[in-house]
Amino acid sequence: MATIELRQVEKKFGDLHAVKPMDLTIYDGEFVVLLGPSGCGKTTTLRMIAGLETVTGGQILLNGRDVTWEHPSRRDIAFVFQLFALYPHMSVWQNIAFPLQAQGVPRQAVRERVAEVARILEIEHLLRQRPRGLSMGDQQRVALARALVRRPAAFLMDEPLGALDAELRERMRGEIKRLHIEQHATTIYVTHDQVEAMAMGDRVVVMSDAVVQQVGTPAEVYYDPANLFVARFIGSPGMNLVPCRYLGGAIEVSGSGRVPLPQGWDTALQRALGASCDVILGFRPEAAHVTSEGPLDATVYASEMEGGYAMIHLTLGGEGGPIVHIRAGRDSRYPIGTSLRIALDPGMIRFFDPRTERAIPREVGR
Amino acid sequence: MSNVELRSITKRFGVVTALDGVSFSIQHGEFFVLLGPTGAGKTTTLRVIAGLERQDEGSVLFDGQPVDHLAPADRDVAFVFQQYSLYPSMTVYENLAFPLRSPLRRVPEPVIRKRVQETAEKLHIAHLLQRRTANLSGGEMQRVAIGRALVREPRIFLMDEPLSNLDAKLREALRVELQHLQKTQQSTTLFVTHDQIEALTMADRIAVLDRGRIIQIGTPEEIYDRPATTFVAQLVGTPRINLMNATREDATLYIVGSTIHLPLPPEAAWSSLPPSFLVGVRPEDVRVHCEGQFEGEVVLTEPLGVETILHIRSGEQKLLSIVPGISGLCIGEGVRFDISKERLHFFRDDGTRIVFS
Repeated sequence: MATIELRQVEKKFGDLHAVKPMDLTIYDGEFVVLLGPSGCGKTTTLRMIAGLETVTGGQILLNGRDVTWEHPSRRDIAFVFQLFALYPHMSVWQNIAFPLQAQGVPRQAVRERVAEVARILEIEHLLRQRPRGLSMGDQQRVALARALVRRPAAFLMDEPLGALDAELRERMRGEIKRLHIEQHATTIYVTHDQVEAMAMGDRVVVMSDAVVQQVGTPAEVYYDPANLFVARFIGSPGMNLVPCRYLGGAIEVSGSGRVPLPQGWDTALQRALGASCDVILGFRPEAAHVTSEGPLDATVYASEMEGGYAMIHLTLGGEGGPIVHIRAGRDSRYPIGTSLRIALDPGMIRFFDPRTERAIPREVGR
Repeated sequence: MSNVELRSITKRFGVVTALDGVSFSIQHGEFFVLLGPTGAGKTTTLRVIAGLERQDEGSVLFDGQPVDHLAPADRDVAFVFQQYSLYPSMTVYENLAFPLRSPLRRVPEPVIRKRVQETAEKLHIAHLLQRRTANLSGGEMQRVAIGRALVREPRIFLMDEPLSNLDAKLREALRVELQHLQKTQQSTTLFVTHDQIEALTMADRIAVLDRGRIIQIGTPEEIYDRPATTFVAQLVGTPRINLMNATREDATLYIVGSTIHLPLPPEAAWSSLPPSFLVGVRPEDVRVHCEGQFEGEVVLTEPLGVETILHIRSGEQKLLSIVPGISGLCIGEGVRFDISKERLHFFRDDGTRIVFS
C-alpha cells in the first residue's frame, strides 16, 4: 500500500536545475512511468523519491507521511537498478533470500517467500545456480525477484531493461507488467523509451529540460499531446508537425494546398491566435491517406516496408518543404519523386501555437 | 556483372569458425543489408571485403575479378563505423575534404571544394562546415562520418551499424535520409545491422546471417512473408511471430493446447506434412473482431499509440495480436478472433520451412 505525493519537489546541483519544482501524485497500485530523453531529470526525481538524493526544496509524502528527510532504508521502497547488481558468489536462492535475511525474517518464512516469488517469475529451476552462468533475461528475473521478495510498499525501477537486447526487452516488459497486475504494488518506472512507457504505464509523466511537460494516460499523451515536445517524442515516428497559415475556415500549407477546417477548430483557432495567422498543424502518421481527391500536394521522399505495413515519407510543397510520414498498406510503395495527393482524417488533426509551442484546445469534443 | 561477390568465404579465428562458406553477390546500385544477432559474423564479412581481414578459404571478386591480392587502400571501398572516427581537431570541412587530399588521388582544390559543398548539402550539414567536430552532437557527427565516405564516390560503401549509437528519433530520421540518398545516387551499399527494422526498411535485399552462415537471402517482403527457418521468422517482425505446436488430421490442422483448428491449404501436398509441426502466425494475422471463430481471454494489453498489442490466451495457448489505435479492451475480457489462414507459416520440428509444391 503506497500513495506517493510530490509537492513542489525540486533539485539543484549548484546553479543547474536538475528538476524544477514539480507536483505529482502517484496513487496506490498505480504504474507510473517517468519518460524523457537523457538529462531531463527523470532519474533524479526517482532518486529523490527513494531518498538516494536530497531535495533542494519541496516535500515527498508516502501515505500522507512526510518522508522528505527520512533515510532510504526507512521508506519501505525497493529500488531496481539498470545493472543486475547480483552477488556473483551466491546462488540464485541466496541472492533472493538476502534482503529478507538482512531484515531478520524467520528461516521458514524466508524459504516460503523465496519459493513463491521464484514461482511467479518462473525461475524455480535456477535457484541452485550462480548468476554468472545465467542468460541476461534470467539474471534480470533474479534481480526482480530480489526486489519483489521484500514486498515493499512501492517499487522504483530505473531503466531495468536498458541493457537487454530488443527481443528480450519486449518480453520482459510484458512480464513486469503482468507481475504488476498480479501484485498491484505502486510502481514508478523510469525510461527514455517511449514504446516501453506507452506499453507499460497506467500514466506517463513526460519530462524534458527538468520540467514535467505532460502527465496523462497513454491515450492522452498520444492523441492529445500538450505541446510540441510531447507530440514529437511520443510515437515512432512522432506526430507530423507542419507550419501553416490560418485563413479563416481553412488552413494553407505553403505550396501544397488548403485544408478546410472541421467544425469547432475555426473558432478555436480564431480565439487562440488573435491577429496572428501562423499555426502548426499536427497529425499522426495513421491520420492521413493517399487519395487523388486529397487537398494537399506531396512528393515521395522515401518509402519503407515495416513488416505488416509501409511508411511513406513525403515532402509537402516541393523540394525543401516539410517532410511528413504516412502509414499505409504494405502494397502502397511508390518510387522516389512520385507526386501524390493526401487527405487528413478530420477527427485526428491537432493545432499548436508556434509562439508558445502549446496545443490549442478544441472548442467541441471529438 | 555484380559489383561485389563473395564466393564460399571461410574465416577462422583459432578454433572458432567466424564465417563458414559465406557466398552472396551485390549488384551495382543495390542497398544490401547483412542482418544477424551479435557474433553472427557480420563485421568480419565487412572486414574481409575491405581487405582488413584475410579469409582462410574462398574469394572476393569486384566486377568479376578476384581482389584477394589487393591491399585495403587499393580496394576503393569506404567504411562507415559505429564510432564516428572523425579528426576532432579538424573542422567539418577538413574532415570531409581529407579523403580527397590523399596523394594517390590528386584531386584539384576547386573540385574538392565543390564535392565537399555538395555532400554537405545532401546531408544537411552545410551550416556546420566551419565547426570543429568535437563540438557536434552525435547525430551531426555521424552525418559527417557518412559524408566523409560519400565524398569519395567509392565502389561500395561498407556501413557497420552506423546508426546504433544514436537515439531512436535520430535513427529514424537518418534512416530515411540514408535511403533517400542511396536511391537517388544509386550508390552500392553493404549495410550491417542487428536491427530488423533497419533491415526491412532500407534494404533492396537482406542476407540473414547466423553463426557464420547465411540462412536466407531475399527482398524484405520475401524474408518477412516466407522466412526460411523459425530463426528468421522470429528475427524479423515486431512484436514477434506466434510459433505454435500443431498436429493435423486429414485436411485440418489443430493448434496444440487450444481449440484453434484451421483447414489446411488446398495444395495436394499437405499430406506430406509430418504428423506434428510448428505453425507461425504474425500478430497482424490474428484478427480480433466480434464475429471471430475462436475464443480467448485478454491477459495483457500494450497500447503503443498507433496500435495495441493484445496478449490473448486461448486454452493453454498464448497468442499476440495487433489491433489499430489504443484498444479499449481490458485485461480479463473475453475476445473473439480469426486467423488469416492464407498467411500461415509451416515449419518442421528442426525449424526449417515446409514449402507446399
